[in-house]
Amino acid sequence: MRTLNQFFSKIREINQRYAKPTVEMSRGVKFSLAVLRIYLFLLVVLMIYKFITVIKVV
Amino acid sequence: MDFFSLLYFRFKKVWKAVRLYLVIAGPGLVVMIADNDAGGITTYAATGAKYGYHLIWFLLLLIPIAYYVQEMTVRLGAVTKRGHAEAIFESFGAFWGWFSLLDLMIVDWLTLVTEFVGMTSALSIFGVPAWMTVIFVILLMGMVVLNGRYWTWEKIALGFCLLNLIYIPAAFMVNPSMADIVGQGLIPNLPGGLTNELFFLLMANIGTTIAPWMLFFQQSSVVDKGLLEKDIKMGKVDTFIGSVITVAVAVFVVIVTGTLLHGVPIDDAATAAKMLMQTNHYIGAFMAIGLFNAGLLGAICISLASSWAFGEIFGWAHSLNTKVKEAPWFYISFFITLVTAGIVPLIPGAPLVLITLFVQVVAVTLLPAALVFLILLLNDKKTMGEYANTPFQNIVSTTIVGGIIILSTMYGVSALFPNIFQ
Repeated sequence: MRTLNQFFSKIREINQRYAKPTVEMSRGVKFSLAVLRIYLFLLVVLMIYKFITVIKVV
Repeated sequence: MDFFSLLYFRFKKVWKAVRLYLVIAGPGLVVMIADNDAGGITTYAATGAKYGYHLIWFLLLLIPIAYYVQEMTVRLGAVTKRGHAEAIFESFGAFWGWFSLLDLMIVDWLTLVTEFVGMTSALSIFGVPAWMTVIFVILLMGMVVLNGRYWTWEKIALGFCLLNLIYIPAAFMVNPSMADIVGQGLIPNLPGGLTNELFFLLMANIGTTIAPWMLFFQQSSVVDKGLLEKDIKMGKVDTFIGSVITVAVAVFVVIVTGTLLHGVPIDDAATAAKMLMQTNHYIGAFMAIGLFNAGLLGAICISLASSWAFGEIFGWAHSLNTKVKEAPWFYISFFITLVTAGIVPLIPGAPLVLITLFVQVVAVTLLPAALVFLILLLNDKKTMGEYANTPFQNIVSTTIVGGIIILSTMYGVSALFPNIFQ
């Protein structure tokens, strides 16, 4: 239990340490990150769809 | 200055550059040659068996692609002194950092399983049971990693890289027709037109040349070796030589299978080795030894890529220059990744085909993100200063990265839905 607490406090510490991105958020960077989010979202949707269809067949 | 003095002066200058290169050489060579892992050798063997020498020109195109992507990690590592995982956390925040780290962990572990599958099937040709191969590999890698010095680890890894060249004598032993290699292989052509099967194989070749773990590995390796800004030039040379060697090995594998197994359907390199043994025992043995070595080299680098990344983020000591007592978590995470992946091929009925499919799909979620972050980081003038991407480098790298993202996405999607592009 203690080890688990230490682990989660480490995660919180990491989240705090890297809470603020240091890269300059120019238009290009913001656009790239937005496109990346959409791309990954679509990919995850495809994977979930595939998973559901495989489960249905099984 | 007379002729001989000038010659001596020139020789001294070149020798000095060679000696400097030998000091800097390592990260680029190791990452590029380890790129020819068990999956890579299988892809090249299948390419040669299916299309003979016809796709050699395409493999040659992969030299600049691999070089331009990987040299960016040299600059980033030498300038920031941070690994790729840490650079993503710091520059883009915790969300993108965790996404990259967890994705890297999954894709590395799955790829490591495929390396063990390659190694066990390669040694099974010589009658070595799978459990013995797994134990041997874990012990060997333990000995390589636990010596407490990056330098020693790197030189041993370079020794394994040399063994990767075993395909070169194998290719000469099959007596290929030079006229056919030049006539069919060096002139760009698409045998039978751009069919779905050919497209899938081209994408597989790109997918095996640029893998997400390579970015993380080389940058961490550059940092662990302690390369500085002044070493960037030689680091680039190292990466370029590595990219030439990796493609040369791929070409020689294609020549071997393209000469002896042209038209024979091949699912994996171990099957190719078995078939080659029936034709020529030595060539089959070379193929099997090469496959084992490729899996071993891939496993060494991939398991380190994860451990370095975790060490960077969790703040553990994470250098090969540290002893186990000084960096226990670094070595524990290394062995946990290694042992758990090694156990999978030993489980009867383990879903190895599903794992191979998952490697392709999960890699597609990580690769575009890692590449986009790489370009954005290389354009951060505040951090990179004079080593930031020039407009020309941006045009080249953006074109390459854009192409890789489109093709790897199609590759991943076609792995999920095999009939989608028919």
